[in-house]
Amino acid sequence: MAEMSYAEAIRDGLATALRLDPSVICYGLGVTDPKGVFGTTLGLEAEFGSDRVFDMPTAENAMTGIAIGAALGGLRPVLTHQRLDFALLSMDQIVNNAAKWRFMFGGSASAPLVIRMILGRGWGQGPTHSQNLHAWFAHIPGLKVVMPTRPADAKGLLLSAIFGQDPVIFLEQRWLHNARGETPQGDYRVPIGPSAQLHSGDDLTVVSSGYLSIEALHAAQFLAANGVGCDLIDLRSLRPLDLPAIRASLVRTGRLLVLDSGFATGGIAGEILAWASETAFSALKVAPARLTAPDAPEATSPALTEAYHVRAEHIAARAAQMLGVTLDVEPLVSRRRFAHDTPGDWFKGPF
Amino acid sequence: MAELDLLTSMKRIRAVEERIALRYGEQKMRCPTHLSIGQEAVAAGVCAALTAADLAVSGHRAHAHYLAKGGSMRALVAELYGKVDGCCRGKGGSMHLTDRAAGFVGSTAIVGGTIPVGVGLALALKQQRSDAVSVVFLGDAATETGVFYESVNFAVLKTLPVLFVCENNLYSVYSPLSVRQPPGREIHRVAQALGLSAQSGDGNDALAVAGLASGAVSAIRNGAGPQFLEFSTYRWREHCGPNYDNDIGYRTEAEFEAWRACDPIPKLEALLDAVRIETLNAKVEQEVDDAFAFAEMSAFPPEFEAFTDLTSDVSGAAHG
Repeated sequence: MAEMSYAEAIRDGLATALRLDPSVICYGLGVTDPKGVFGTTLGLEAEFGSDRVFDMPTAENAMTGIAIGAALGGLRPVLTHQRLDFALLSMDQIVNNAAKWRFMFGGSASAPLVIRMILGRGWGQGPTHSQNLHAWFAHIPGLKVVMPTRPADAKGLLLSAIFGQDPVIFLEQRWLHNARGETPQGDYRVPIGPSAQLHSGDDLTVVSSGYLSIEALHAAQFLAANGVGCDLIDLRSLRPLDLPAIRASLVRTGRLLVLDSGFATGGIAGEILAWASETAFSALKVAPARLTAPDAPEATSPALTEAYHVRAEHIAARAAQMLGVTLDVEPLVSRRRFAHDTPGDWFKGPF
Repeated sequence: MAELDLLTSMKRIRAVEERIALRYGEQKMRCPTHLSIGQEAVAAGVCAALTAADLAVSGHRAHAHYLAKGGSMRALVAELYGKVDGCCRGKGGSMHLTDRAAGFVGSTAIVGGTIPVGVGLALALKQQRSDAVSVVFLGDAATETGVFYESVNFAVLKTLPVLFVCENNLYSVYSPLSVRQPPGREIHRVAQALGLSAQSGDGNDALAVAGLASGAVSAIRNGAGPQFLEFSTYRWREHCGPNYDNDIGYRTEAEFEAWRACDPIPKLEALLDAVRIETLNAKVEQEVDDAFAFAEMSAFPPEFEAFTDLTSDVSGAAHG
């Protein structure tokens, strides 16, 4: 084990894969530039050569199709986009080709590729550098979609994605890149599908993913100190969803709160609530609830993002409401020591 | 001999497609079907320059490319019938064909969709130090898509072993070139401007196509990088379906007749002995009979296969 940041864990995962298998290639805009995609690709070109690690033309759609062709030809490509928003130009290749190849050719071939997309938030990222459109991808049969929270999961899911047989959308929230955690060394893999339980308690089931799981963990610890016990299920994978784990917890707690950094309408949270209402209605003691991004793009000005995001205090307050207890969540607000639109003092912009 | 091989290739395509047209109304081939009748010489000529180790991809009008590359005729017809012995086990239909043993990697239904896939296959071939080439069959309309320019740019940038073959048949569905591209535009010159080595030729002359393709493939194998060939040709029947549609107003009977006079098959037959042609015709008809009998006999896939092959897991369903 080694303590490292989320960005370092991704870099470690990429280096491990490149070292293990000469068919792994890694490309994307900025992959070989001096910033190395927020440090996640730094030094890889020097170690593995420019045939395997390279920058690319600003051609998201073709470069995705090229990854599909390369995968069909026996390579294991990892394509990186510095923002999910840029990858929207490649929806044709992702949806019509990558997700369909195995199915539409009757299982005779598959296109194992990994598409990393980084999701921005705050500090002026604005309407088109901050979209959490993970539900779009999770909607598509034939894709796997992961959104790791912890550095170890980022590395382990990345390695599973690279060496699996399917197209995987690998979602990294920019606010997590500096999060630190113990991370196993070498070829460490986390299976795609199972969730992770980050906190335990019997009163409420909180389901979350990505950066929101960090906010949820603060809330769960605060609630525990105030006598409220939460199961916190970090999904890790958004397709497939670990519904058995949610069910097992829900049956015990009878209360379900789902967090989602995406827009409310047509989102993952709504999907989980619908599933719970359909299949575990009798286990519910109160109406299931969700906290999501509002149905509006994220604005640029810090004055306009203060009330936009779901934070620990909102989660704790909603949990208390579901339990019918009175709880002052002000300590969660007052102990935050950095601006509301950054993940911590380390983030000074620009993106 | 080259002429006989080219004629065989074209006749197989023509015969199976004429049979498809004849029987399409039976409602047993229940998928949108784009026939290549009239355009056979491009597929036959280009594939004559290839080996089974070379790879090819194509678009919605792909029967000819699949067959010329060596794809199984039985699996093609069974696929149109939606049967389990189809090349995609009934999941793809006419617009999704594959035969990996023959090097035909796949055709898909979205215009331009396989252009980058073919370039990606070439990237893999280059990384693997293979001397095989990847061939991308595309139409004139595909050169209007953004992904064409993006893909060509990367192929040129990386000197990839890819041959782009553009069949210019003048129409995208019912839309003529005049409403889609500026007057005087020559597609192969656009390709040249993008850095491809590009030539154009008569797409209804199989020997001419084979000659140009052979030169282009040799150049690629010798490390000259990506090549582009544009061939003028013409589809005889409607964009999608078994009928002639010269009466509906988007093109004229006179234009069609002028192109039909350039039928690539008699052009080649004129060079061959009549008895050999008779023998060939009989053999091809027999193969078509066999393919249709095979498709008719084949079973439909079991119902559960509607939900398989999503991901490598047994069930890819989100609620698995």
